[in-house]
Amino acid sequence: MMKNKFSEKFSAWLSGEVDLTEKIAEEKRTEAPSRISKKEEAEETKIIRSLEKKEIKLSFKEYKVLSVVFCVILIGILTATVYFLPTFASSDVPAVNEVYEHYVAQGRDETGAVNTVAGMILDYRAFDTLGESFVLFTATCAVLILMDDKHKKPKKEMHETVNYSRDPIVKSMAAILIPLILVFGAYILVNGHLSPGGGFSGGAILGAGFILYAMVYGDEQALKVLSERKIKVVTICSLSFYCLAKSYSFFTGNEFNGVHSVISAGTPGDILSGGLIMPLNIAVGLVVCCTMYSFYMLFKRGRMN
Amino acid sequence: MELLIPIFRMILLISLLVCAVATALSKKPMTMIIIFTAYSIIMSVVWVLLRSPDLAITEAAVGAGVTGVLFFLTLRKLHLIDKDKEEELRAANESKEEKNDEK
Repeated sequence: MMKNKFSEKFSAWLSGEVDLTEKIAEEKRTEAPSRISKKEEAEETKIIRSLEKKEIKLSFKEYKVLSVVFCVILIGILTATVYFLPTFASSDVPAVNEVYEHYVAQGRDETGAVNTVAGMILDYRAFDTLGESFVLFTATCAVLILMDDKHKKPKKEMHETVNYSRDPIVKSMAAILIPLILVFGAYILVNGHLSPGGGFSGGAILGAGFILYAMVYGDEQALKVLSERKIKVVTICSLSFYCLAKSYSFFTGNEFNGVHSVISAGTPGDILSGGLIMPLNIAVGLVVCCTMYSFYMLFKRGRMN
Repeated sequence: MELLIPIFRMILLISLLVCAVATALSKKPMTMIIIFTAYSIIMSVVWVLLRSPDLAITEAAVGAGVTGVLFFLTLRKLHLIDKDKEEELRAANESKEEKNDEK
């Protein structure tokens, strides 16, 4: 009988019908008036409360034990999975097949990119990267919907704690660092087909540079440089350009319709080589940069203007 | 030099583990974020050792830079950063600005 009751209660607790926090809050609420009431009533409530307390304590213990058991099981499964992973850099892993060999052997001549990774993600598998860019765009839209409080009544502005542009150390360091960061980001974007990096890394660095600018010189100043309108135009133009460029190479890449692409792979190693890889890298980078920057603005201000 | 690389790798991996556990166990959200940023920086060095410098660049920019900033902004919005200190800083800053204006 006792066991049955326990299992019933346990299943109710698991399915969320018994809320522990509510009980505790109720207990706190009822605590004050019970002191004023008569002795007998007080004793009665005391007994009930001590029973409830026992229940709560038991429930908490169950919760702790179950969470520990769950964690241990999860750790066990994940650790066991590691044993099934292939050794790092071994040659007999399933990923080393004819696709990999083709990429390594012919990728450089076919795509014109010295950086094989860039050739893969922006030429062979460019549609994957297009999807990723749209994921970022969707994320920006979602944050805009969630954080935008343009239509709510204006709250008291959270004013700046510290005016960093007056701090001599921060000011002089920012004056040196921000141009360097932006130039480095642009270098990674433009050199994506030659050196490590590419659209996402370069865009993230550019975005971080703009965020640093906004943090040091204030949001209003930053929004004068990179306004909401500019961000919209840049993001949509980049995504449309990506769609059009990749549709073009998808259409001309087909052997059967007799149209050949006018864009050649060029000499591998030149800055102007790799066909569409460099413009696509720049498009992806601009989307990523705008996403990072608008995340910062929306999280900080709740709006983009 | 070749002897040093495995030791360096061991130090990195151990500190990675320590950072991961400390992130989960720390009580203050502020400390948590700072340790998480340290984790990202160590991870970017590990990416370089694993011969993927492009991932290292991204990890350093996103993991250590942008994510940390976004976490801090969220904390500020939720008023989880020490409020008294913020008030103190603001008062000190305002008095400083007044002094600057007088000059």
